[in-house]
Amino acid sequence: MIDQVARTAVLESPPPVADEPAPSRQAVPPRGRSRSASLAWLRREILLGQTPRDYLKSLVTPFNIVAALILCVGIPVTIVRFTQGLAATTNLTDATPWGLWIGFDVLCGVALAAGGFVMASAVHLFGLHDYKPLVRPAILTGFLGYFFVVIGLLFDLGRPWRLPYPLFISPGVTSVMFEVAWCVALYLTVQLLEFCPAAFEWLGWRSCRQWAVWMTVGLTVFGVLLSTLHQSALGGLFLMAPGKIHPLWYSPYIPVLFFASAVAAGISMVVFESMLSHRVFQEARHSRARMDRLTLGLGKAAAVVLMVYFGLKWLALAHGQQWRLLLTPYGYWWLLEVLGFILLPCLLNAYAVRNRRAGLVRFACVITVLGIVLNRLNISIITYHWNAAERYIPDWKEFAITIMIVTLGLLSFRSIVNRMPVLNDHPDFEPAH
Amino acid sequence: MSVSRRDFLRLAGAAGVANLAAAQAARASAAGPANPEWMGMLTDLTLCVGCRKCEWACRQANGLAGEEPIDAYDDPSVFANKRRTSGLSLTVVNRYGSDAAGEKPVHVKTQCMHCIEPACASACLVGAYRKSPQGPVIYDDSACIGCRYCLIACPFEMPAYTYDDPLTPVVRKCMMCVERIRDGASRPACAEMCPVEAITFGKRNALLTLARKKIAEHPDKYVDHIYGETEAGGTCWLYIAGKPFEELGFRTDVGTTPYPELTRGFLSSVPLIQTIWPALLMGAYAFTQRRETLARDSGASVAPPTENGSEKPESGRAVAVNRVAPSDDNPSLPSRSRPGRVQGRGSDQASQTRSESTPPEAES
Ligand code: SF4
Ligand code: SF4
Ligand code: SF4
Repeated sequence: MIDQVARTAVLESPPPVADEPAPSRQAVPPRGRSRSASLAWLRREILLGQTPRDYLKSLVTPFNIVAALILCVGIPVTIVRFTQGLAATTNLTDATPWGLWIGFDVLCGVALAAGGFVMASAVHLFGLHDYKPLVRPAILTGFLGYFFVVIGLLFDLGRPWRLPYPLFISPGVTSVMFEVAWCVALYLTVQLLEFCPAAFEWLGWRSCRQWAVWMTVGLTVFGVLLSTLHQSALGGLFLMAPGKIHPLWYSPYIPVLFFASAVAAGISMVVFESMLSHRVFQEARHSRARMDRLTLGLGKAAAVVLMVYFGLKWLALAHGQQWRLLLTPYGYWWLLEVLGFILLPCLLNAYAVRNRRAGLVRFACVITVLGIVLNRLNISIITYHWNAAERYIPDWKEFAITIMIVTLGLLSFRSIVNRMPVLNDHPDFEPAH
Repeated sequence: MSVSRRDFLRLAGAAGVANLAAAQAARASAAGPANPEWMGMLTDLTLCVGCRKCEWACRQANGLAGEEPIDAYDDPSVFANKRRTSGLSLTVVNRYGSDAAGEKPVHVKTQCMHCIEPACASACLVGAYRKSPQGPVIYDDSACIGCRYCLIACPFEMPAYTYDDPLTPVVRKCMMCVERIRDGASRPACAEMCPVEAITFGKRNALLTLARKKIAEHPDKYVDHIYGETEAGGTCWLYIAGKPFEELGFRTDVGTTPYPELTRGFLSSVPLIQTIWPALLMGAYAFTQRRETLARDSGASVAPPTENGSEKPESGRAVAVNRVAPSDDNPSLPSRSRPGRVQGRGSDQASQTRSESTPPEAES
């Protein structure tokens, strides 16, 4: 407290006394300031310290041009979707009611956004404080991941404006989907709250931020609970589809498989994304050694989780007594998923950790992420209705929307990271979160 | 009585109250006789001639009739492909086997089976389906959000979705003409239309007796199986046929377990997770806290600075001081130039200083 008062005092007095720490930047909210101060704040925080003109100019980058092109396709398709319906935009049929938007945007989106709860629990509950720098990016990815999962869902639902119905108006308590709906809605809120400290630091709202930090442990526990429930429940949805999903993928263990693979996906995404953000944002070059150390630690965890997941996959197979199916084309496909995208990254991770090769861990994590995407698509699309003559192949418009949503996710991640203290600690605050 | 009991059990199962007992009781009730008051339909596939007049009648009754005259339904070319129910055809007739083989083709009329424990109803997250006290499974679009999970769940793949409707898409499926009958009709439109009386409407129990009697009287004519008696826990729509059902496009792998049973175990584990998980996690947290406190008390100087976190403001402040210092050279405007780059803020160096300096230095 005293510390804060002192530091606020410093903020208020313009010329810093020689020995006193000078604020590197003034995190003063526009509230209660003169107009020019608000404008200055806007310019500093929203336009990244540039004039509007310079800012607009600076937006012309190759990535942004590609993104703009994607939006140029995606926005008209969005309009078609909501004015002419699902039939005009998708290849969905009564036989394959779920397509790319559920299979990729929702199922993969949720699995890959699991990093938030994995990292938060590692640091806040299990005391692995070394990993603190990875928590905020993971939570931000998690929040944006879920947010865009919901956006994807809005495209897919026949009547998206009824989204709150299952929650408040007409709950169908016997449905696994009902559980998913509640958990995702609550978890989205939890992640927003978990991210609040960063946002409040950015705004300079000290007391709010204090409250947000105070809630951390409770939120983390709640977040882990909700994640456990809905990650497994997403698999549980498919319990209702025996005979439609290929027997090699259908199993009463499917909720457990979904949960285990989501943890593996979450860890791998954290590695993958720290690799990307360090490239893209060219930040913390000097702490490379530290990053490598953390990456190796995560690689170790990933190896263990993948081993468990690998074992569960075989257990599920043994339970279903479907050995002979392994020698069919779908069997080879299953073996490719299980050996090439679970066992291989598991062994690669183990080898890399042993020989301290962080680069190899990153590679293994990329394979893991691809493997989990493959698994979700196998269950929801590729082996769904495996014995039917007609196959579902997504329409190009479905791809356009999916790509647009991913792009929007990346753009939001980038603009938040550029402004709020996510990859770095905020210099004016103790690193409490 | 058994409806309310079953509903109660389903709720109890979902809420996880006495889940094992509930699951067992539910299983027992599904295997036992269904509600004797339930109505059902019996389709005798040996009688059906494949005239598709029932399709026409169904469309008329449900207000889905197009321009097509009734004669158009005589066109046999539709039998070239197997069709399934759709948003426009709540019942479809398919042909199995051909005249060429010298044997009589069999025509199979399909529609919602009106399951005793409907998968669609247990899957719907807004409760849009319900098993009515008379037996038919009724769908009401007033809360349907269009997730189409019911289409995934139905073991017989009967519900269909009107994908081409942008604003008010709905699920469509046979409702056993519930409204017609309420309005005084003696039986559903298809049964009324059928020229050969292949479809019988009546109490499910009576239909079962009738079916058994037919099979017993003509063992040469029928295979000894009533499809729907136990399939997926039993259905209100029943079939008897002269050929094995797997040859007639029926799903024979649906088992005898009611489909809601498939997720009941999972759902009843939810309260278990809800109680055990937080306790375990809080336990882990308490353990970690305790360990850290002990470690701090016994040798605080060796603890890395990141571990101090918010609990120790003194050292936190020291760290902050150290952290901010390097950016003194440009206190007013952080040097940020391009988006896509995080520069300035002094935090790059700061985090390094923080992570690589030890507390004794910082406190100096
Ligand atoms: S056949 Fe399908 S739609 Fe009809 S009651 Fe059974 S589960 Fe529901
Ligand atoms: S599509 Fe409608 S009826 Fe079917 S499960 Fe979803 S909300 Fe329920
Ligand atoms: S109306 Fe009767 S005979 Fe004609 S197709 Fe339908 S069930 Fe068969």
